[in-house]
Amino acid sequence: MKHLLSTQDLSHADALRILDTAEEMATVSGREVKKLPALRGRTVVNLFLEDSTRTRISFEAAAKRLSADVINFSGKGTSVSKGESLKDTVQTLEAIGADAIVMRHWASGAAAQLADSGWIRSAVVNAGDGTHEHPTQALLDAFTLRRHLALRHGTAPHGTDLAGMKVVIVGDILHSRVARSNLWLLTTLGAEVTLAAPPTLVPVGVGDWPCTVTYSLDEALAGAPDAVMMLRVQSERMHDAFFPSAAEYTRSWGLTDERLGMLEASGVEDAVIMHPGPMNRGLEISAAAADSTRNTALEQVANGVSIRMAVLYLLLSASDSPDPSTPTAPSDRKATA
Amino acid sequence: MSATFDPRNRYLITGGTLPDGTTADVLIEDGLLAAVGQDARARAGTSAEAAAAETINATGRIILPGLVDLHTHLRQPGREDSETVETGTRAAALGGFTSVHAMANSTPVADSAGVVEQVWQLGREAGWCDVHPVGAVTVGLGGERLAELGAMAQSRAEVRVFSDDGMCVWDPVMMRRALEYVKAFDGVIAQHAQEPKLTDGAQMNEGALSSVLGLAGWPAVAEEAIIARDVLLAQHVGSRLHVCHVSTAGSVEIIRWAKERGIEVTAEATPHHLLLTEELVRTYNPVYKVNPPLRREEDVMALREGLADGTIDTIGTDHAPHTAETKECEWTVAAMGMTGLETALPVVQQALVDTGLMDWAGISRILSSTPARIARLTDQGRISSEGVFELGAPANLTVYDPSVIRAVDPESHATKSRNSPFRGMELPGQVTDVFNHGHPVVRDRALATPRTQHQQNQHQQQLKQQTGSAQQ
Ligand SMILES: [Zn+2]
Repeated sequence: MKHLLSTQDLSHADALRILDTAEEMATVSGREVKKLPALRGRTVVNLFLEDSTRTRISFEAAAKRLSADVINFSGKGTSVSKGESLKDTVQTLEAIGADAIVMRHWASGAAAQLADSGWIRSAVVNAGDGTHEHPTQALLDAFTLRRHLALRHGTAPHGTDLAGMKVVIVGDILHSRVARSNLWLLTTLGAEVTLAAPPTLVPVGVGDWPCTVTYSLDEALAGAPDAVMMLRVQSERMHDAFFPSAAEYTRSWGLTDERLGMLEASGVEDAVIMHPGPMNRGLEISAAAADSTRNTALEQVANGVSIRMAVLYLLLSASDSPDPSTPTAPSDRKATA
Repeated sequence: MSATFDPRNRYLITGGTLPDGTTADVLIEDGLLAAVGQDARARAGTSAEAAAAETINATGRIILPGLVDLHTHLRQPGREDSETVETGTRAAALGGFTSVHAMANSTPVADSAGVVEQVWQLGREAGWCDVHPVGAVTVGLGGERLAELGAMAQSRAEVRVFSDDGMCVWDPVMMRRALEYVKAFDGVIAQHAQEPKLTDGAQMNEGALSSVLGLAGWPAVAEEAIIARDVLLAQHVGSRLHVCHVSTAGSVEIIRWAKERGIEVTAEATPHHLLLTEELVRTYNPVYKVNPPLRREEDVMALREGLADGTIDTIGTDHAPHTAETKECEWTVAAMGMTGLETALPVVQQALVDTGLMDWAGISRILSSTPARIARLTDQGRISSEGVFELGAPANLTVYDPSVIRAVDPESHATKSRNSPFRGMELPGQVTDVFNHGHPVVRDRALATPRTQHQQNQHQQQLKQQTGSAQQ
């Protein structure tokens, strides 16, 4: 693996390798000294051209626990300022000595473009691109689900996938990179996915996707899912007439107290509620559902660090091995930079 | 024509294949098609200055009427960093075009007699092919006030094609007025059909792929709805409508329906929409970003069939040069458009001739005689539907070798920009010689001399002869 750009091209084997490595990393986070020397001397740049403090802090913690140096670079706003191109920015960062670029970008495909452009030699980690993908979020969600499944079966999570698990993803599928990345990864790992959303927020062509689509959250919940993944509703969608009002959205697609009750009664003992955060309490999720012990939000945050440690470790330690296709060895690269 | 006979004005093209499939010689004299067929060589041979007539061996090559493009962006005035009239017309000549229509979305917009005359004059000075400016329909392409269409029609540029290309004339009342008004001078409104609300922020064809890639969709219905409205408006007011760069199967169906009803509508398809599909967008490489967007395989097939059965009348290159800075960036903010003048004929050969959908008579119709008729040009595309050249017509000719195969290299192109989606692709065919009003602007695959310079040389030659004889 040279880059992590999406979960759509992530193989079953690679996904398991990341999840298993993350299990090892998780033990580090439980230690008194939460640090490994694995990436000492390597530099990770967090290039955030769209605001996301949570994701940036998670990547920063992951890199630091692996003893890497971290440079944070954020661009203001969401529009390109003329004369400062992505090309110039990343080439500058590489000249400073970056070995990996963790990029959050407002444009779909920006990470893939960067990886294919030939502009840089660094590893590229997609930390969310437009409405395309957010692969580490999907990986940490899968990691969280796998642990729950293992707990239920009384086994260790290592080497297992999500075969037979039922997951419902609810809300603004159309604009959600989290929903896309999760759909591809969960199905690669053997889970059955149902998307529940108003028709205006269901992407065109969804009929070809490996999932079931319903406009009724109640119907989805009646199927006794193992996990319900709530997506954040962006407030600007309400003005864009994707649905008539917040109240109507909550009535039909919110995880209300009544629907929390349905989940309790569904028969799946440890059915979980997931949310990529931050939550809109009272809109897509009721206070009771948000505070329920089923809600894995904080576990997800903790697991996020383990997943990102695993990804950085796998990408950067792999590039240590001599690569005949790379004309300059990494050590030479540093000397010339 | 001048009565003075000048051997430099005589060219004999031998052994070429005419659009009708026959092999023949073609004689050009004083800028005109003097003879076609067996008597061409005979006529050249009997002439006293026969030896002075330059001979072009066109064995195995096709002789086409010079190509006419209704849809070219030359970018001058305003964006000379991506193209100028000089560089754009060099590219046009090398692509086999003897006439191009320069779209109005320059800076300033070509919405007045002054700007269209400027572009027209630059074209004459360059001398590589005829440049016919397209006039804007509305002031500044703003869609709110009609531009001075009459002044542009009556200017030296004699504008007959009007378009807000890049922008759709969205307001139905504005579109109706424009269609009605140009009847006064037999003009035509060329519509860029794109419902603006349905395509707000659109980045690529809307469908399963756009959802996966997370790029905002550009639904086919946004194009089809405007075309449906416009053909009905054209019927209602009895005007000529031309639809720019048709890109969907549904659009072809609507135009077919309109033609069956006798509505005076013509339509064009671009070369890139005949060969490329949205699948290329998976790379997120902005070289594939274009307006209208690349569509699905089904749409490509429908466009090819539409051209073969006459529903779509012509090819418009939509040659849209852009600088590297506006293409080497994130897909979402990259400029839309592709270069196309130098690859048009090879792409059309691959899509229509090599697939058996069309013969060369058909190609000369869709690339020359029909666009000339739509734009009311009298000195271009003078060929019958059977592919027979008209004797005495201005000699606008393109000699084309369909047998070679080569990889496209945009770095070698004459256009100032490098945004060709065909980079590295192997395409058939090569333009070898082009005559613009009898002047060889392209010889043996390379630019020769522009028409103006040739004329100047000619004048100097005449002057020498005159001064020489005076001394004797
Ligand atoms: Zn256009």
